[in-house]
Amino acid sequence: MQKRYAKNPVGAHYGVRDWLLQRLTAVVMAGYTIFVILAILLHRPLNYPAWKSVFSEMWFQVGTMLFVASLLYHAWVGMRDILMDYIKPTGIRLTLQFGVAFVLLFYLVWTAAILWGR
Amino acid sequence: MSAAPKTRPKYYDLNLAHLPPPGLVSIFHRISGALLFFPALPIALYILHTTLGSAEGYARWAAFFDRPAVKIIVILAAWGYAHHFFAGIRYLLLDLHIGIDKPAAGTSAIAVLVLGLVSTAAIAWCVW
Repeated sequence: MQKRYAKNPVGAHYGVRDWLLQRLTAVVMAGYTIFVILAILLHRPLNYPAWKSVFSEMWFQVGTMLFVASLLYHAWVGMRDILMDYIKPTGIRLTLQFGVAFVLLFYLVWTAAILWGR
Repeated sequence: MSAAPKTRPKYYDLNLAHLPPPGLVSIFHRISGALLFFPALPIALYILHTTLGSAEGYARWAAFFDRPAVKIIVILAAWGYAHHFFAGIRYLLLDLHIGIDKPAAGTSAIAVLVLGLVSTAAIAWCVW
């Protein structure tokens, strides 16, 4: 007879969701990275008026926000994986995970303030 | 039935030189990822904040980036980003079962290491 699990072994599916979003956010960031590198190469040398004006463009603000939001989710999954691998005491690990999540939320709000706060 | 021993022996080989290329790609992906989260990310946001904040802030950072020591740090950061970028693309391809067999995975790992270094060299050339 086959051994039955007491609980549903696949749980809440957040593992697959995180795994998939880790990759989706990576694709978003890769696209933004290639775009920014090409833009910098085409507009060298960079100066303050040009720097300021590109960040006042709506499409670039939205693109940058999308990049940072992707980065934060990506960083959350990556840092959580690292903490799960190396920090075995549950209390310390959860405290560090809470710290990472808090810092990432702080960065999200900070980015919005940088882009639209002035 | 005897009780399982409380502590099991661990045999860690922490010498990275013993790792094959896919292992090196993996551990550098992890280390660069952690360093991009901290300290690279908050520094990048702080630079964005001050350079967009005022012309003086922009000029101050431009002068700061002219220092050779700072350029070296920028180049190291660029290597971390470039390696994470290329290693990530390799993992995306592996997820799609492209280059999954052992010889191909070994070749692509070497390609990632080389591309990371070549693009860092290109960035170094631009920065200097």
